[in-house]
Amino acid sequence: MNQQDFERRNEAYWQATEALIDSLAQRKRVMPIDAAEFPRRYRQLCKHLALARERQYASHLTERLNQLMLRGHQHLYSARAGFLSHILQFIGGAFPALIRREWRLFWLAFLLFFGPALLMGWAVYERPEMAYTVMSPAQIFQVEEMYRPDAPHIGRERGADNDFYMFGVYIWNNIRIGFQTFAGGIFFGIGSIFFLLFNGLYIGVIAGHLTEVGYTRTFWPFVAGHGAFELTAIMLSGMAGLKLGFALLAPGRRTRLDALREAAKVSIKIIYGVIGMLVIAAFIEAFWSASTLVGPATKYSVAGALWGLVVLYFLLVGRGHAD
Amino acid sequence: MLDTYREIETPEGVELHLRAAGTVSRALAFSIDFSVRVLIYILLSIVLAFAGRMGKGIFLIAFFLLEWFYPVLFEMYWHGETPGKRMFGLRVLNDNGTPVGWGASLVRNLLRAVDFLPLFYCFGLVSMLISRDFKRLGDLAAGTVVVYHERATRVAPIPDLPAIAPPLGLSVVEQRALITFAERSPRLTEVRAEELADLLTPVTGMQGRAGTQRLYQMANWLVGKR
Repeated sequence: MNQQDFERRNEAYWQATEALIDSLAQRKRVMPIDAAEFPRRYRQLCKHLALARERQYASHLTERLNQLMLRGHQHLYSARAGFLSHILQFIGGAFPALIRREWRLFWLAFLLFFGPALLMGWAVYERPEMAYTVMSPAQIFQVEEMYRPDAPHIGRERGADNDFYMFGVYIWNNIRIGFQTFAGGIFFGIGSIFFLLFNGLYIGVIAGHLTEVGYTRTFWPFVAGHGAFELTAIMLSGMAGLKLGFALLAPGRRTRLDALREAAKVSIKIIYGVIGMLVIAAFIEAFWSASTLVGPATKYSVAGALWGLVVLYFLLVGRGHAD
Repeated sequence: MLDTYREIETPEGVELHLRAAGTVSRALAFSIDFSVRVLIYILLSIVLAFAGRMGKGIFLIAFFLLEWFYPVLFEMYWHGETPGKRMFGLRVLNDNGTPVGWGASLVRNLLRAVDFLPLFYCFGLVSMLISRDFKRLGDLAAGTVVVYHERATRVAPIPDLPAIAPPLGLSVVEQRALITFAERSPRLTEVRAEELADLLTPVTGMQGRAGTQRLYQMANWLVGKR
């Protein structure tokens, strides 16, 4: 069959198929019978394209069929599932199960983050001058100002609008730090290790120094509560980054690129969880931690409950989760 | 084929052709998207200036959402296109030609943070230049590719002339070359068309304008007009 006959015979079919793909792509209402016919039309299109190529028909024709088939391909092979049910399933089991499955990376990130924090906190408490190895005197002065017990803003309730402003700051700043810690992992894990160590040391210096100068009543009740979500989430984002790094370092029997792609699919799930935890943390930090209406005792008990919640969540939830 | 062509085989055993988009059009698309965001920030800051500290908080949240999720949301709900990409006819797809999902889109856009390093997308640029299909680090990790998305197909009719049979013994490739030449002729200058046709003087036995006309006639015969 020559090209003109081929075009003439199939033109109506192609136009109808194109119209069907158009309306499917725009998610218009399509008659069920037409939708059911779509796979058959798509296969027919595949056949036409293969024929047109084999018979060396003109490029405008093969290009048109290629384009039409590409659009059909995208529609046929797109995966759409209920968004909400996915999220619920993820929170209710898949996320903690994933963290437990990657327990080696978890403990590595744990050590890289909390190890330097504890060591540095203890070192600064014992020898205050150690603080200046990580932070400049100006920075330390700034931190002291924030938690000075006789500072004007301490002991006075902030307005609701101020709370909301701080919520914005925490969302913007903390989640950015989480994303950076994750993304740095693509440099063979070095970026994630750097951010974990650096943030660990930084937190250690602040905690050690403020305890040593005696600002405990302003500092610890403030950070104890949201720390459960915030610190855990930053550590988990480092864990997700380390996963990328290890895939590149030790790809196993795959190419490094394939290993990276597979690792990214898992890592991004950890990041979903990290985003959720950091939003919760920002909420607690802005609207609960800063409140001065409740005493330290209440704050410590709530903090204990929050830490317990996080630990139990990752320890117990989703035990029976397959996958 | 050209080296920006990428062939993917579908489960039906037919190859689909994609054209990977290069650095310049992607950079331009990015600058459009960037301008759109800046414009939104300016408008937001004007509106929120009246809302005091509360407004500042809302602005920071909006800033965070737009900086990180603007491309993700567009790629998910606009068939892999952001406004900038749409303007330049680009589209993000998975390596196998299927539409990107949440995971892949998030990976490629969160890794912008490293593509941007050390300054102005330097790592991303280097990665695009040394990888096949112009992939930045985010694309490599997510398994995505940015392709040209042809919208309208140009159909160039062959100049309508009485058909004449070409000499026997033309191979399929040679026949196809003749047809393609005839289809492209409206986009060539006359001089260039004649120059090309003169290469085929042994086939047509003619030179100059007469040669091109004869080739058009043969092409007409080959596409089936007898």
